[in-house]
Amino acid sequence: MTDMWITGGRVIDPSVGLDAIADLQISDGKIAALHLHADSGSSQPVPAGVHIVEATGLIVSPGLIDLHVSLREPGFEEDEVTETGTAAALAGGFCTIAAQSDTSPVVDNRSAAEFIRLQADRAGNCRVHPLGAVTRQHEGAELAEIGQLVAGGAVAFSDAKNPISNSEVMRRALEYTRMFDRPILHFSMVPELMEGGVMHEGFEATRLGLRGIPAAAQDIMTGRDIALAELTEGRVHLMCVTTKGSVEQIRKARSRGIRVTADVTPHHLLLTDQVMSTFDTLCKCNPPFRTQDHIDALIEGLQDGTISAISSDHQPHAFEKKQVELDAAPFGICSLETALAVCIRALIEPGHLTWSQLLAALTSGPAEILGLPSGNLRPGSPADITIIDPGLEWTVDARAFQSRSRNTPFHRQQFRGRAVTTIVDGQIRWNLNQDSARG
Amino acid sequence: MQFNDLPVTGPWGERHLLGLETLSRDQLTTILDLADYLREQTENGTRRLELLRGLVVANLFFENSTRTRTSFSLAARRLGADTVDFTASSSSLSKGETFIDTARTIEAMGVDMVICRHRTPGAPHLLAEHLTSCVLNAGDGTHEHPTQGLLDIFTIRRHLGRIEGLTVALVGDIRHSRVARSNIHGLLKLGARVIVCGPSTLIPANISRLGVEVAWDFDAILPEVDCVNLLRVQFERQRGAFFPSIAEYASLFGMNGKRIRRAKKDLLVLAPGPINRGVELTPEVADGPHSVILDQVTNGLLIRMACLSLLARERTATQAGIS
Repeated sequence: MTDMWITGGRVIDPSVGLDAIADLQISDGKIAALHLHADSGSSQPVPAGVHIVEATGLIVSPGLIDLHVSLREPGFEEDEVTETGTAAALAGGFCTIAAQSDTSPVVDNRSAAEFIRLQADRAGNCRVHPLGAVTRQHEGAELAEIGQLVAGGAVAFSDAKNPISNSEVMRRALEYTRMFDRPILHFSMVPELMEGGVMHEGFEATRLGLRGIPAAAQDIMTGRDIALAELTEGRVHLMCVTTKGSVEQIRKARSRGIRVTADVTPHHLLLTDQVMSTFDTLCKCNPPFRTQDHIDALIEGLQDGTISAISSDHQPHAFEKKQVELDAAPFGICSLETALAVCIRALIEPGHLTWSQLLAALTSGPAEILGLPSGNLRPGSPADITIIDPGLEWTVDARAFQSRSRNTPFHRQQFRGRAVTTIVDGQIRWNLNQDSARG
Repeated sequence: MQFNDLPVTGPWGERHLLGLETLSRDQLTTILDLADYLREQTENGTRRLELLRGLVVANLFFENSTRTRTSFSLAARRLGADTVDFTASSSSLSKGETFIDTARTIEAMGVDMVICRHRTPGAPHLLAEHLTSCVLNAGDGTHEHPTQGLLDIFTIRRHLGRIEGLTVALVGDIRHSRVARSNIHGLLKLGARVIVCGPSTLIPANISRLGVEVAWDFDAILPEVDCVNLLRVQFERQRGAFFPSIAEYASLFGMNGKRIRRAKKDLLVLAPGPINRGVELTPEVADGPHSVILDQVTNGLLIRMACLSLLARERTATQAGIS
């Protein structure tokens, strides 16, 4: 295999605080070396016979990592299959995703986890790590075979959008997963306060006559999870944090050394409950889109590291499933292919985060939570690289998605910046201009 | 009678009637004035006009309703339209067909106007987006019920001669009431002062941002109000306990003879119905001189005739413009 040189790009590796113009040398699927350009602009000559990827004017980042993506296979192939979901990941710049356990049957046993990996291998797109269920059938009652799931490749545990409301079960799960040093990715919501809700509980919900999900539904469960993490010394990761109350509690807990981490989705950083005024099922999300004061708190959480990861929380749904009344429509948006652009709009354009901070939340942050060796550009690490054109103007066209689904509220919206080349194991797996060129 | 003969002086220009929130004061007045005119022309809705001859009006009722459906059917027939009724007791999903497909199927039978009642807020808005017919919201879950709001306002205007400057209390389950929301939007635009009154569990904390006052003590506000609209206690929409007992509700928020005597002499008592006698109001109030409950029913017919005429007129004008 010939070496690859990615030349002239702005190389950002948040894991070591690097942000400089450099050439990146890749050998045998690994990062081989980084050749910094001198301040004068001069650079080391590129050897003959190597594959050159010209990246002048582009950002060269460690491959993006997504903590929780619903691939829907097996069981919901009308929404997504592994092949399309992983192609969508590559098109969005993600080299690695963790696949949610909310398939049918649920990934609560070793063979189910192995099937996820098998399908990912067959697809040959991005890396896929299974998430194992915490409890059997996501019922929140009995522990799933966590040790067997680890043997089957599970990197972490999650009951997806099903909160584990029984505190005793959650406590034992946190204690049990300690043995394997794997986190529990929990959807911290009080089910009784969520029941029947379709949007954020606030003035807009009152105006529209829609049942709301109060911020307290998340605040309360966040507090409980933190208390249990402290009690058990287990690792809890809170998915899809959307409230200022949760951000404050997580900040305080982390400062006290409790092992709690958190992520936020790109769309919750951009959209508020006002998008519900057209009753658009494409905007129905769980947790719901909240208000600007909550968004401000989430951004502060990203700025000071309280929230260390951004996840697309990809929730593909077949077209007809969203073509129904609001209360009958499923929650979630198809978000892998818009995640980076939405982050740029919400965080980079207003100046809330530097590129290095944003990329940390998309690379080293999630890598650390899942204990992955990737998410950095250090020599010897897997050559998972995302090349981003930060200035590229483009319009979202859901019909052109790699995903099997099109449920996005961003259809026809203009954005600036997107991934142009996605490299996994030193191979170009996706290239914007050649669609899915394979290196 | 032709559309051109209708005395529509104010603005309209709407293809659908989805709610009162998006209508202007002048548009509301246009409807009320037309209802007044139709009242004279049809002798209180008893005589037939041929305004909608040749048009097909479909009642799409995805939620049980006898009163509203009958009122709409009668209004359409009084105007000479053909009507078809489609009732589905449950969501379309349970039958495997999406709501939109069901509506499109009905529309393909040659329907010009669709009257939609649905348990989900926004369902008529979804139809308006996907159908070519006019859509009239006959109640979408806990969101709006524009013709009910209009008929309440029309009834008040007929009895008290105006809306501007009046104090109207909406009493009861505000949280789950589409009637309350439509009344609030309509009354505020027409210059009334609106107080919402009921158990604190049934009044959303932020509703004052709509421009209404919030009261938990019915007796305290009673001497100030010109009209009370007693909303039905909607047992079917209440999950869990919003108040301890019917008896306690009736004692705190029920309209009874004692309260009538503390109120203004010419207090108007409205109730959108169906009324729970002994809960929202006692029989002596329901059948007493302050009650205009049966007028509301008659006025409902007139308001619905007015709305159907305005939408049909707009539709005909648009189609003439296209061809």
